[in-house]
Amino acid sequence: MVELALPKNSQVKSGKHWPAPAGAKKVKTFKIYRYDPEAGGNPRWDTYDVDMDAVGPMVLDALLYIKNSIDPTLAFRRSCREGVCGSCSMNIGGRNTLACTHGWAEVPGKAVQISPLPHLPVVKDLIPDLTLFYAQYASIEPWLHTDTPEPQTEWKQSPEDREKLDGLYECILCACCSTSCPSYWWNGDKYLGPAVLLHAYRWLIDSRDEATGDRLDALEDPFKLYRCHTIMNCAQVCPKGLNPAKAIAEIKKMMVERVV
Amino acid sequence: MSKSASEQYRTPLSRARGLGASRHGVGHFITERVSGLALIPLSIWGVYAALKLVGADQHSVTTWIGQPVNAVLLSLLLIAALIHLQHAVQVVIEDYIHRFTSKSALVIGNLFVCVLAGAVGVFSILKVALTVTGAH
Ligand code: SF4
Ligand code: SF4
Ligand code: FES
Repeated sequence: MVELALPKNSQVKSGKHWPAPAGAKKVKTFKIYRYDPEAGGNPRWDTYDVDMDAVGPMVLDALLYIKNSIDPTLAFRRSCREGVCGSCSMNIGGRNTLACTHGWAEVPGKAVQISPLPHLPVVKDLIPDLTLFYAQYASIEPWLHTDTPEPQTEWKQSPEDREKLDGLYECILCACCSTSCPSYWWNGDKYLGPAVLLHAYRWLIDSRDEATGDRLDALEDPFKLYRCHTIMNCAQVCPKGLNPAKAIAEIKKMMVERVV
Repeated sequence: MSKSASEQYRTPLSRARGLGASRHGVGHFITERVSGLALIPLSIWGVYAALKLVGADQHSVTTWIGQPVNAVLLSLLLIAALIHLQHAVQVVIEDYIHRFTSKSALVIGNLFVCVLAGAVGVFSILKVALTVTGAH
């Protein structure tokens, strides 16, 4: 059911305040969502006044600074710090994006507000539980399906057919798109969501794949596919500039093509 | 998204696959688009007709409905609008209502209301049309 208000145990209370060190000249406030399931209690907003002269340009730099120099209990995911691993996705200033490629100076408003990706269970602080998201990805069988005996060399593909994978293969599975999609919020247990459908399309149009029909069969469903109403949030937030909505529209087109 | 006790022990992949794909949906998709397409010329005609009939008395309106072209187009406009409405409302129900019982009840209720409205509407148009023609 659509939730218009957060359940009582999820309502975010105000939390601790960490003032800037004396003498700091360039101070910026970071308002960060904190939740520790082991400690119990409600989630809270902690505020950190950070001396920005000590911090690099990206939001991730600020988070690392807070963790290393102010509050080591803050939990978040990161790895590559250059937008290729997809692990630092979070909601920054009301928008899902990657902390490592988003400059804190670009965040509108006085304080930089950071919370985990929306509408997922929270493991701790800025770490959402993406178990179902990854399982949904696995459910579309994201690998080449063939019945023809494997060739001696590689499976061949024309340059034109290879080009069809551009704008799809670059996806880093950060889940920014899926967790910005209202349809995924309300029906995330059944609707596959933009990221997974973009990958589904990536295999549907791969000229080397021999299971196109089976793949379409596995998607034709009012919930798995047709919950997308072209709201376009997904394309707006994708930090890699991809367009999942367009990939979904192409899948819908293929569905029509095979019945008319 | 809290987990029920039975869900806790299912593997994530089993939860993701659920009951599998129902292998329907494209029909609904096409019907919604095609009825929408049909509504473009029909509603233009409808607005044109309504403007023409503004201020007309009952007799001229019934006479107008009595003309076969008008009666047929009016019925088609009603049917296309109701098919489109029924499909669109079902999508909204599926988006927002998640309990199996309430969802099914609403989907069926929506279908019944639209079919009933269509039956009553077409019957009324025909009744007016045929009565007028018969009186000539
Ligand atoms: S276009 Fe589809 S997938 Fe993208 S945000 Fe909208 S409903 Fe979700
Ligand atoms: S499509 Fe973009 S936003 Fe979505 S998971 Fe892939 S990279 Fe992230
Ligand atoms: S740390 Fe890898 S994408 Fe941000």
